[in-house]
Amino acid sequence: MYSRYMGLSDIDSPMLNRRSDKEIAMAETILSMENITKIYPNGFIANKNVNFELRKGEIHALAGENGAGKSTLMKVLFGEEQCEEGKIFFKGKEVKIDNPLCAIKMGIGMVHQHFMLVPSMTVAENMVLGLEPEKAGFLNKEEAVKRTIEVSEKYGLEIDPHAKVKDLSVGLKQRVEILKALLRGADVLILDEPTAVLTPQETVEIFEELKRLRELGHTVVFISHKLNEIKEICDRITIMRDGRTIDVKMVEEVSEQEISRLMIGRDVQLKTDKTPAKPGQTFLSVKNLSYTDAAGQQILKDINMTVRKGEILGIAGIEGNGQNELSELVTGMRKLRTGQIRIGGEDISRKSVREIRELGVSHISQDRMTYGVVSDAGVADNIIADRYYRKEFKKGILLNKKKICEKTDQLILEYSVKCDNREQPVRMLSGGNMQKVVVAREFSSDPKLVIANQPTRGIDVGAAELVHRKLLELRDREAAILLISADLTEIIHLSDSIIVLHGGAIAAYFEDVKQMDPVELGEYMLGIKKMTREQIGGAVHEQ
Amino acid sequence: MNSKKIEKRFEAIRTLLAIVIALLIALVVIVIVSDDPANALYNFLIGPMTNARRFANVIELSIPLMFCGLAVSIMFAADQSNMASEGAFYVSCTVTSVIAVLWKLPPLLHMIACLAAGTLTGIIIMCIPAVLKAKWQANELVSSLMLNYICLYMGNYIIRTRVLDTSLGITTSLGFQETVSLPNLIPGTRLHLGLVFVILAVILCYIMMYHTGLGYSIRTIGQNKNFAKYAGMGVGGVVVLTQVIGGALAGFGGATEMIGMYNRFQYQGLPQYGFDGMLIAIMAKYNPALVPVAAIFLAYIRTGADIMNRTSDVPYEIISVIQSAIIMLVVAKMFLNRLKHKQIVKYSKLELEKKEAL
Amino acid sequence: MKQIVNIIFSTQFFYSILRISTPIMFASMGALITSRAGVINIGLEGIMLFAALSGVIFSAVTGSAWMGFLGAVATGVLIAILMSYVALILKSHITLTGIAINMFASGSTVFILYLVTGDKGISSSLASKVMPTVALPLIGKIPVVGEILSGHNILTYLSFLAVLFTYILLNKTVIGLRIRAVGENEQAALSVGAKPVKYQFIAMLISGVLAGMGGAYMSMGYVSWFSRDMVAGRGFIALAAQQLGQGTTLGTMCATFVFGMADALANNLQALQMPSEFVQSIPYLTTIIGLVVFSIAKQRKELKRIRENNQKAV
Repeated sequence: MYSRYMGLSDIDSPMLNRRSDKEIAMAETILSMENITKIYPNGFIANKNVNFELRKGEIHALAGENGAGKSTLMKVLFGEEQCEEGKIFFKGKEVKIDNPLCAIKMGIGMVHQHFMLVPSMTVAENMVLGLEPEKAGFLNKEEAVKRTIEVSEKYGLEIDPHAKVKDLSVGLKQRVEILKALLRGADVLILDEPTAVLTPQETVEIFEELKRLRELGHTVVFISHKLNEIKEICDRITIMRDGRTIDVKMVEEVSEQEISRLMIGRDVQLKTDKTPAKPGQTFLSVKNLSYTDAAGQQILKDINMTVRKGEILGIAGIEGNGQNELSELVTGMRKLRTGQIRIGGEDISRKSVREIRELGVSHISQDRMTYGVVSDAGVADNIIADRYYRKEFKKGILLNKKKICEKTDQLILEYSVKCDNREQPVRMLSGGNMQKVVVAREFSSDPKLVIANQPTRGIDVGAAELVHRKLLELRDREAAILLISADLTEIIHLSDSIIVLHGGAIAAYFEDVKQMDPVELGEYMLGIKKMTREQIGGAVHEQ
Repeated sequence: MNSKKIEKRFEAIRTLLAIVIALLIALVVIVIVSDDPANALYNFLIGPMTNARRFANVIELSIPLMFCGLAVSIMFAADQSNMASEGAFYVSCTVTSVIAVLWKLPPLLHMIACLAAGTLTGIIIMCIPAVLKAKWQANELVSSLMLNYICLYMGNYIIRTRVLDTSLGITTSLGFQETVSLPNLIPGTRLHLGLVFVILAVILCYIMMYHTGLGYSIRTIGQNKNFAKYAGMGVGGVVVLTQVIGGALAGFGGATEMIGMYNRFQYQGLPQYGFDGMLIAIMAKYNPALVPVAAIFLAYIRTGADIMNRTSDVPYEIISVIQSAIIMLVVAKMFLNRLKHKQIVKYSKLELEKKEAL
Repeated sequence: MKQIVNIIFSTQFFYSILRISTPIMFASMGALITSRAGVINIGLEGIMLFAALSGVIFSAVTGSAWMGFLGAVATGVLIAILMSYVALILKSHITLTGIAINMFASGSTVFILYLVTGDKGISSSLASKVMPTVALPLIGKIPVVGEILSGHNILTYLSFLAVLFTYILLNKTVIGLRIRAVGENEQAALSVGAKPVKYQFIAMLISGVLAGMGGAYMSMGYVSWFSRDMVAGRGFIALAAQQLGQGTTLGTMCATFVFGMADALANNLQALQMPSEFVQSIPYLTTIIGLVVFSIAKQRKELKRIRENNQKAV
């Protein structure tokens, strides 16, 4: 259906290729953000004195690890978040962007990962929503269709204005979002990881679309981790790390390896206080595990791995590569359909969440507010959630309140949870303290297997330190630990061995983290490299 | 003083203020419509306290209200908007009546039979929406509201075909056997053993909700179902169980009411105790220990309104104004929200200053 | 059995379906519009009840059926405003607010009825008016079809217009477009400047108008008086009809007719040797069964979708 694609018959012509360095260097600055500092209400500093500059008519890559502050910066630009410090200049004038509508009016458009579309409506209706052409209150559909066709022809992005959005492929939905922004006069278009949801063919198409936009003088911000894609279409790249701008480069002048090093490349110092692991027997074994979600997307592909007692197996990878599904399958929260998972030798496919927990499994979910706590309940109620039914906390059929209080107070002390008292609703605690409550519960049940999914995300350094220390303690007490984290420092610092997940499959296995080159790890995470089957096979240890 | 206490205090103040506002609205209405507002107001507000018999009426009336309040509290605590207490209570009354009229048993056994049958009926009725939801995800709110109407007709059918007293011309059953009536507690009033039952029920429910694993899981499921699943609780089972308990309470309440207060079935339509139960549950914040307070309050204004109805020109139905105003104001998140926010901000600032001073 | 068949195939039966469906039709269109805006209007029941009473009172006081009708609609809007204010502005739980509105209506209408007439059951002492019936020209002359379609209360015809209105509003107007956007994807609507609360409020107001008309029909067409709790769950049935209609105007209308037919059948069966209580339960029973059937169908569809997706993936 894309054969009628207009204006792209000559995609190889020089006109559509990357702009020359000279052209870019000479192009005027259309937008600049200066010294942007953004602090979230919970005290998390997402951006520190960030500078960002866009030149007219370029495709500008914004790259960085998860949590490097890319999304926050773009939210500030699009008016979804307000920055504490810093200035934004757009087309030469200082501007204040209070909300997205304000940004749209100025000519800044954003395509979110979650589309802002109404599925049951037609493309044309979605296009004009909010600025509908009307005749006495009636929607002028012809006009809406006409405008849609106009803008789609102008940019050579073909779309059927009469199609219902829900019937469109993800790629076409994205195209509608882009057209929507263009219809509203966007000169600068921000795309938040646009290719994350696309098939390879669709990716090729959107690249052509973006090149065409560049040709027409539009400026594009392309947020991505995918270095090959950045190399393919971007002119310049801004690399962020830890909430700061690390470097701005011409894409032509840097190699993928170099970008990867800049994104990840800190001098990773292995802490010496970590004793070498003494792995024991295999405790968790995953065999031929595949998983397809309800939407039909294959999330996990033929995973084979084991975690032994007394070791921390780290799972590295960019978020959304199947980590959450893996942890939810192992803990029984998702139904296992293909493959086998054994915990302590027992097949878990027919076991309930509680039965799996009874095998000695603890689970820190990445979504703290949904799965980690009951925010309206007190600290004590949150602590006992996994054990309230056990004998030690009961007195006959009643709960043993005294015992519960004692245990809670002891854990509050041990994990230094800052709260008024054990009855305080956890929603009143800071993110770090809330996570301490989760960790206190999950680590104090004497677990034999810990699934820790992003255990320190969004929490302060002190709390993170405590989580790390406790994880190592558990390991030294012979627990098997599966640590999932997008934070490379964390994973390199804590893990004994590392698996890299990319696109739902194991891309690499490092038996000994000490001998691993972090830059290489980054390359596997970003899909630049992939190990052979034999190399990956090392992830399975037979007992 | 801490922010949790501020919150708690504001919850209480909000509820009280909602009640006060609702009463004020009612008073204004009374003043507007009545030719002799002083008399009407006096009877409405003070009436129930003017003699022991009237006050006993308040307590009598609070018994079914407490049963239904408990039933709704427990189901709402698990986030189940099952409104079938109304129907469960009603059908239970009719089944109890049939047994009370037709069966011939020794006194104690007969009472137990009535109470057991009523309880069972309540459970069966309440489980209908529960099962429809658990099995097919049919919206329990609409189905339970519809079920209430069916219950009304089903109950009427039971009475009409089995125990109708044809001599009276309205839907009334034949007289109950002597062997069923619950013993009277205080002579000269209609206060019956049901009061003891309901107090026991309140205590048991309180203990269950706040001192047993089941109650803990009910509350957890109501507050965050996903978390409950994550922590390994059997969500589906507990959710159905709350409705079984709710049905048992409503059904037992209906049976108690029949054989405690009446000697024949004489309801002319749904008695609305189920909906009152919802109001009570909301006022009590689903806490069984507060259910008696809310139920007695409601029974008091209902009795007052009844006295006013008989002694003045203001009809009883003024009560619905009070009830609906209370519900709307108590559940309105933004009502008094600004005041609460201000208090918490003030407190936080003070704390900060203290810290900085150190 | 033969008797039932005779009843079903009589023109009176089809005539009565239209007659009986009218109030539910108004309410289910109201339910449809609010649900498309993402709000469940449980208060329809109460709005109708209030409107029914005020129709009787206004028409008795002014001596004009049309004034009564206007009064009923205005009352409907007023109650809808009250409910929207509490639910949307004060942010209270929409379901509980709706139930409170119903409680309020159930008691207050009796209260007002008593103040006006001195009777708590029925308004027969008020000389209230009835909306006129209309004999359709031309169509009325056609045998069978004419007998079914002609000679209804004017509000029955208005209820068809209400369906048309709802269809046009939701599918052809700018407001309808925004209402749907708000209901389906609040974030998307907000991102282009359509404020969700505003459009939910508008939807509630329109549903107040429609339920007001439904209420007016109850006391000024269906019967010629007001009696306590006369709406008898029609507001809830309308909600169920809207769910069965899967959000479409046509589907909701069809579901309404199904419930209307159940009701009509019940009315006719009363003449037979059936327990009247059973017959009276039929509309409610149909509604519950309808809900369940709908839920099962939805589940099946979902399962099928997942299965297909899984197969595709394999």
